Amino acid sequence: MTPTPPASSSPLPTLDRDRPFWRLAEDIPLALTWKLMAISTFTPLLLWWLLSASNWISDKFLPSPIDVVQALITLWDRGLLLQDTQASIVRVTLGFLLAAIVATPIGILMGAFASIRALLEPAIGILRYMPAPAFVPLLIIYLGIDEAPKIALIFIGTVFFNTLMIMDAGKFVPKALIETAYTLGGSRWQILSQVIWPYIIPNVLDIFRVNMAASWNLVVVAELIAASEGLGKRIELARKFLNTDEIFACLIVLGLIGFVIDLSFRILIRKTCAWSLE
Amino acid sequence: MSLVISQLCKCYSTHNGSIEALHNINLHVDPGEFICVVGASGSGKSTLLRLIAGLETPTSGKLHLNGREIVGPGADRGMVFQSYTLYPWMTLQKNVEFGLKLQGISPKDRRDRASYYLEIVGLTQFSRAYPKELSGGMKQRVAIARALATQPAVLLMDEPFGALDVQTREMMQEFLLDVWRRTNCTILTITHDVREAVFLAQRVYVLSSHPGTIDHEFQIDLPRDRTVLIERDAQFQTYVAAIQDRLRGLSKLTETWPLLHESTTQVNLRH
Repeated sequence: MTPTPPASSSPLPTLDRDRPFWRLAEDIPLALTWKLMAISTFTPLLLWWLLSASNWISDKFLPSPIDVVQALITLWDRGLLLQDTQASIVRVTLGFLLAAIVATPIGILMGAFASIRALLEPAIGILRYMPAPAFVPLLIIYLGIDEAPKIALIFIGTVFFNTLMIMDAGKFVPKALIETAYTLGGSRWQILSQVIWPYIIPNVLDIFRVNMAASWNLVVVAELIAASEGLGKRIELARKFLNTDEIFACLIVLGLIGFVIDLSFRILIRKTCAWSLE
Repeated sequence: MSLVISQLCKCYSTHNGSIEALHNINLHVDPGEFICVVGASGSGKSTLLRLIAGLETPTSGKLHLNGREIVGPGADRGMVFQSYTLYPWMTLQKNVEFGLKLQGISPKDRRDRASYYLEIVGLTQFSRAYPKELSGGMKQRVAIARALATQPAVLLMDEPFGALDVQTREMMQEFLLDVWRRTNCTILTITHDVREAVFLAQRVYVLSSHPGTIDHEFQIDLPRDRTVLIERDAQFQTYVAAIQDRLRGLSKLTETWPLLHESTTQVNLRH
């Protein structure tokens, strides 16, 4: 009387023990990880070197890796690299810091109170879809061409995303943790500052890590338009003289800075919020 | 009398109109008592506990604790949830201290008191550990210590051992009785497990479903210091049987029948 399973013509699917590359949602061996990461790093470099050595493309368009390293050394020797990098870092830091200081409390309040969410979410939802670079002309009219409009651009370009993402993090604080605090005699303010805030700190740091990338996009945009120094300015100047090797050098520096910032945030999260990691 | 609930009703409004979750609940818990409310799922037993905790407001009726009406949550009613609710960024010590900290008690006093309750639940050597390092049973012991540290008039527990395996659950039941005897606290526990209710409580309220209402009250005349061995006692088994009969009479067999029927048809179709 028991129902028999239908006879199967194909073999049962097996776990990919022999083919670790295609393991679905599983870890792969550490050695394979390193191998793949090395491929990911060196393949583009190799292709670049081959392409520039092949003389298909003029050196003026595609400088060789050695040209770029030389350009990097020259920029460093003339003191321009340090000066430009510093200028860009200061702008990004100020703009992003300002955005973080504004976004964090607003985001937490939006996450914690449905009323504040209803009050602010529609406006922010529209504002964040306005491309920040489109604000540049307005910012120049309002703030001139000094540091202020550049910092303001980074602020505008990151504050809304930071706010909405922190709001989302705040919405997902387990309700039981909040209710427990109530039954321990906590007030609303105590729960905000001593339950919700510490719970979302690792999320907030991760949100900053992700949105930091946007602020580097925007600083270059700002410097392309009007600046006396900065990595974006250096790229624009190099364009005028067709110094593509300098452009490549600046791009690599930008990439490395981004990478270091990303890594620093990851380390910071691991050091300060060990409890939140698996 | 410590906790008194009279003519309590709770309704929820849904798309299909109003649903009555609790109907005309009358119960009381005296100081030092250990009371269980037992009911099937859908009997509104969690709602009842949340109303006592002040996390929800009644539609009608009154809840009083030591003569004062319950209007919101407060530290005079400690709560242990079924889900694990330890703060993951705090050590066990800090978790147990947390309620005292919220009430502005000095660091030294709260350290002393938290240490005392960690001792009671037998986790002193883990005071510097973080919740993620603990097993489920240990987490609930810390949650109990944390709730007791603020010395509530009544400790409310919502299926506190529901997520634990059977062996751990038995251990935790004996443990809870031991804590209750040693601290003279007042406990009101919600459970669907009849055996657990009889084992723990001095009195058991049986809650019927749809809407939840108190169907019967059992006085459990078993000695205060019980061990799992008491389950072999004829008296114990009589209580369990009586309560189970009561619940069985209340549950609607028709609810499970269509499912059974459906699966039979499926088997027949395959042949």
